[in-house]
Amino acid sequence: MSRVGVIGVGHGTFGRRSDATVQELAFEAFRMAMKDAAIERSVLDASVIAAVPEYHKQRSVAGVVQEYLNLNPLPTWLTEVACASGSAAMRTAWMAIRSGLHDVVAVIGCQKMTEMETAEILALMGRVGEVQWESVFGTTFPGYYAMFANRHMHEFGTTHDQMLAVAEKNHYYGARNPNALFRKEITREKAVASDPVSSPFCVYDCCANADGAACLILAKDEVAKELSKKPIWLDGVGCATASMSVLRRPNLVGLPSAQEASKQAYGMADVTAADIKVAEVHDCFTIAEIMAYEDLGFCEKGRGGAFIDDRQSYIGGKVAVNVDGGLKAKGHPIGATGVSMAYEIVRQLRGECGERQVPDADVGLTHNVGGIGQYTFVHVFKRD
Amino acid sequence: MFSWFGKVNFVQYTKVSDFAVHLKDGRLMGSVCSGCGFQTFPPRADCPECMSDDFEFTEYSGKGEVYTYTKTDAAPTGFDDIAPYTVVVVELEEGGRLVGWLGDTLDAGTLAIGDAVQVVPRIWEEGEEIKVYFTVDRSGTTWHKAPAAHLG
Ligand SMILES: [Zn+2]
Repeated sequence: MSRVGVIGVGHGTFGRRSDATVQELAFEAFRMAMKDAAIERSVLDASVIAAVPEYHKQRSVAGVVQEYLNLNPLPTWLTEVACASGSAAMRTAWMAIRSGLHDVVAVIGCQKMTEMETAEILALMGRVGEVQWESVFGTTFPGYYAMFANRHMHEFGTTHDQMLAVAEKNHYYGARNPNALFRKEITREKAVASDPVSSPFCVYDCCANADGAACLILAKDEVAKELSKKPIWLDGVGCATASMSVLRRPNLVGLPSAQEASKQAYGMADVTAADIKVAEVHDCFTIAEIMAYEDLGFCEKGRGGAFIDDRQSYIGGKVAVNVDGGLKAKGHPIGATGVSMAYEIVRQLRGECGERQVPDADVGLTHNVGGIGQYTFVHVFKRD
Repeated sequence: MFSWFGKVNFVQYTKVSDFAVHLKDGRLMGSVCSGCGFQTFPPRADCPECMSDDFEFTEYSGKGEVYTYTKTDAAPTGFDDIAPYTVVVVELEEGGRLVGWLGDTLDAGTLAIGDAVQVVPRIWEEGEEIKVYFTVDRSGTTWHKAPAAHLG
């Protein structure tokens, strides 16, 4: 089977980007990726754009992005699966290339979240869950993950201090990432004193909304080898779903969609969890990273708290996790996040990450979750 | 009448809208598939197992235990006036789970996973419109129930 290679990557600064429109953010990342790939626009066959529409004033945002990048009349389409939209774009680009329809595809994840009024954000926040039976009780996004956290603490003795250890790690690395929203280290002592959000979570358990964009150029096997000296191969693409309603899940201590998607991706790439040297996981809330260690098989179910306690997810541990700061410190522009994760893994496998470089990184993974695990995409990357 | 369900309601029309009428009468209803007998809560008009679109409501006792919970400080639109509030997921005795608010017979500070609880149908007292919901209360809590089911 022919492989799909990443031949170019680009990433803008995440944060409150009051200086730019969504298409201008997309341009920053696209320009860098094209420069990185050292190709002309004429080499591209299509683009896939990832964004979550309800945050943008502009309807059908793919249209303005495609125009602003001067990609007309190439085909484009938008992918949307909440916070996993970026990985869905990667998956459809991979499919388009593997089908033989296109040879070179640009994947652009972009999101402008801060143009909304606080009142609009609070209203949207109330419709994160299943709206017929759950949102009527004022359930919230942090609230759902908080309920996972309480259940995880109950079943496995996980502590809130272990959750904040995840935040501490991700801020440690975020402080060393020039693209990150929060470039400041934090301590658990300071974190635990932050305002309560939804018990057991306080502010430092939660990632922050941000504006931003990231871009990858994908190409089919022989084209990738021809265009790039060191393509990074997207060898495993896993995707699975779970019920919209958390009431209908088998349990609330993990994400079945993540467990299933990782199995698929490992199988397709012919690797095991033990082969992964560097991972980008979806730490929208601190417990989500702890559950990801378990769902991805980095440790047994229930041992995620001990995994961070033992610093196994730091560089030098069993598998370096979110060494770009994660959603927690880097910020979470939802449409861009999955592409941003892939950007980091590609640069890690190329050995370009400077003081954040994971030694001997030859196999990496992204774990990108939509909503509360309704959708999970796990992608495995390899270098030659 | 599904618009009756919830302090803030997002779904006005559904094939199981009589759920809200039963709730107003003090009855918590799940559904049973007429085709294969599949029973579920919350109720569904269409069977996920045999694909039958014929169902009947069936009454649930509301007895169950705390599966998980969270005390919410940062509330979305329409709920800020009652924050902080505690949201509880209850594992129902007859199977299935629901999410509801902690009632005033229980204390958020001492609530624990595994506690036996009673789900109680409620009518929102403030305002003109009918609003129904349910709370998660101390096991053994009783409430008024209409003598027989009557649908509007
Ligand atoms: Zn049936």
